[in-house]
Amino acid sequence: MSKILVFCESANGNIKSSSLELITAAKASGHEVVTCLLGSEATSLAPSSGNYGATSSVVCSDASLDAYNSDAYFNALEAIIEKVAPTIVLASGSAPARDVFPKLAAKFDSGVAADCTSIEFNGDNVKLSKPLYSGKCIADVDFQNSKIQFVLMRPNQLPVGEADTSATATVEEVALPAKDLRVLIKEIVQGASKRVDLTEANIIVSGGRGLKEASNFKLLEELADVIGASVGASRAVVDAGWVDHSMQVGQTGKTVAPSLYIACGISGAIQHLAGMSSSKVIVAINTDKEAPIFQKATYGIVGDALEVLPVLTEEFKKIL
Amino acid sequence: MKILVCVKQVPDTTAKLVTKADGSGIEERGFKWVMNPYDEFAVEEALQIKKENAAANITVVTLGPKARVVDTLRTALAMGCDEAALIDAPAEADSYLTANALSKFIEKEGGYDLILTGKQAIDASQSCVTQMLAENQGLAHANIVSKLDLGAEKSIVERDLSGGAKEVSEIPAKSVVGANKGLNTPRYASLPGIMKAKKKPVNEVSLSDLGLSDSDSKTKLSAYRMPAERPPIKFLDGEAAAQTSELVKLLREEAKVI
Ligand SMILES: Cc1cc2nc3c(=O)[nH]c(=O)nc-3n(C[C@H](O)[C@H](O)[C@H](O)COP(=O)(O)OP(=O)(O)OC[C@H]3O[C@@H](n4cnc5c(N)ncnc54)[C@H](O)[C@@H]3O)c2cc1C
Ligand SMILES: Nc1ncnc2c1ncn2[C@@H]1O[C@H](COP(=O)(O)O)[C@@H](O)[C@H]1O
Repeated sequence: MSKILVFCESANGNIKSSSLELITAAKASGHEVVTCLLGSEATSLAPSSGNYGATSSVVCSDASLDAYNSDAYFNALEAIIEKVAPTIVLASGSAPARDVFPKLAAKFDSGVAADCTSIEFNGDNVKLSKPLYSGKCIADVDFQNSKIQFVLMRPNQLPVGEADTSATATVEEVALPAKDLRVLIKEIVQGASKRVDLTEANIIVSGGRGLKEASNFKLLEELADVIGASVGASRAVVDAGWVDHSMQVGQTGKTVAPSLYIACGISGAIQHLAGMSSSKVIVAINTDKEAPIFQKATYGIVGDALEVLPVLTEEFKKIL
Repeated sequence: MKILVCVKQVPDTTAKLVTKADGSGIEERGFKWVMNPYDEFAVEEALQIKKENAAANITVVTLGPKARVVDTLRTALAMGCDEAALIDAPAEADSYLTANALSKFIEKEGGYDLILTGKQAIDASQSCVTQMLAENQGLAHANIVSKLDLGAEKSIVERDLSGGAKEVSEIPAKSVVGANKGLNTPRYASLPGIMKAKKKPVNEVSLSDLGLSDSDSKTKLSAYRMPAERPPIKFLDGEAAAQTSELVKLLREEAKVI
């Protein structure tokens, strides 16, 4: 039996569901599952990773790890990987994980499969599949001669198991290696949005030029508040300066795969579809019945988004 | 000052791709190959640094099948890069092999003072080579960078974080920096630039020159296939009130996503 190390991240005082997905998948493989957590909440959260199947957890609870620093995360995780000696390392594709794990893979002379959407275990080997060319096709990924198999999974792709609160993980602490940091974080400028990042969102409402003007994005914000969604946009409205670039979905924006994507006044250009066509359910609201977005959509409303959106928001309020 | 810019050739964003019947890859026809869009920002950044710093010398390097990737080097030369190098390797080279080959190439050429990359190649969306190359070179890195203020010893970079947040950090001037959209506005190659680029030499290197081979990849892609067809769309009829109440019902009871 080999060891799978699962990197767990937290939000609002809990282990993120994108991390629980990975513990669940790792547990089902029959291998020993060890989790790791960083930062001042690590020690208190680590035992609960056992609820989903981890037997033990290795933490580095140094408060300097509460914010991401590529050098500090690297040093802490390198020490943890050395201690655990896993054959497989799983992490969800959050921004910090996508930044640091490739560097660790190079350190351990190993390969990385990033942006994966499904995972299978064959003995000590892991087999993934991932979208290529922004979802225009899909392929399988296998490792060959890799000391450790580093896997970065897209969030929201796998089920989270039932929590068994009687099972907890034992916790062991490692000290943050005392090494000089080459990278010094001077300032974090918070974004306008308090919502979950698009790449991790379970529901996205997205607007395009069909919303007519920037101020109409408030209709999307109101809907997003009611259904707990994040707000995205097409490049046309980002370029027009209506919304921030961080909200752009598509080939040169973010690639997203939520359970539900609601596209309002978006034509569905190939570069936009490239960023969202692997969403589970797609709703399109557009005045033009011929708009390409309808070819990808699960449900379509031919109509004026400015008129439909407020009614839709009210309709959701009735049930939520 | 020597600057290295790493660029990858990828299918044009509008390309309609078809997988091969045997699943071994994509059909390499019916579309244009272009420079990875994020790498254009890296090239432009190098050119802007050179504008402030006449002594700077910019080398552009790409790894891939030589017959096609040479065009992307020509594009970079036409934009204004000084020198070009091509590491001839099969399209299957993974992030591990690519980062190792780039690193060995850098050692062979005696090192660079700044290495620029794109934040991600849009083919496999790995977003790995920047960080792996940095580690192979023992350097710090900053990826997803939308502002670079290069200093003599230290640089200040702005990185785009989740949810529109930005991080301002200080890194050694000699680092690997991965460009995001917003860093600058890439120029188009001028006609004289294109003419001049045709005459510039391309330094060709094989994997074996670097002590590597085709089989050094650690990951392998197979079973290329088209995504599953989506079921046909359901249009919702009637006025807004009827359409939306039907939609909410379907999302809840049929799709079970609410
Ligand atoms: C290299 C490259 C990269 C690109 N990357 C991206 C990317 O990452 N993301 C991206 O989105 N685009 C990208 N694009 C741009 C893309 O080609 C399209 O131009 C863009 O997506 C169009 O945005 P849109 O759908 O908002 O606008 P439009 O195409 O103008 O569509 C507006 C839609 O709104 C509908 N409409 C009008 N009025 C209403 C109304 N009242 N109610 C409802 N519907 C209405 C119209 O019927 C139309 O379908 C890229 C392009 C290139 C060349
Ligand atoms: N084959 C390659 N040749 C040169 N540079 C590359 C190659 N592959 C990746 N890179 C560089 O690394 C960046 C990140 O690529 P990736 O890790 O593949 O997403 C790209 O934007 C390029 O700058």
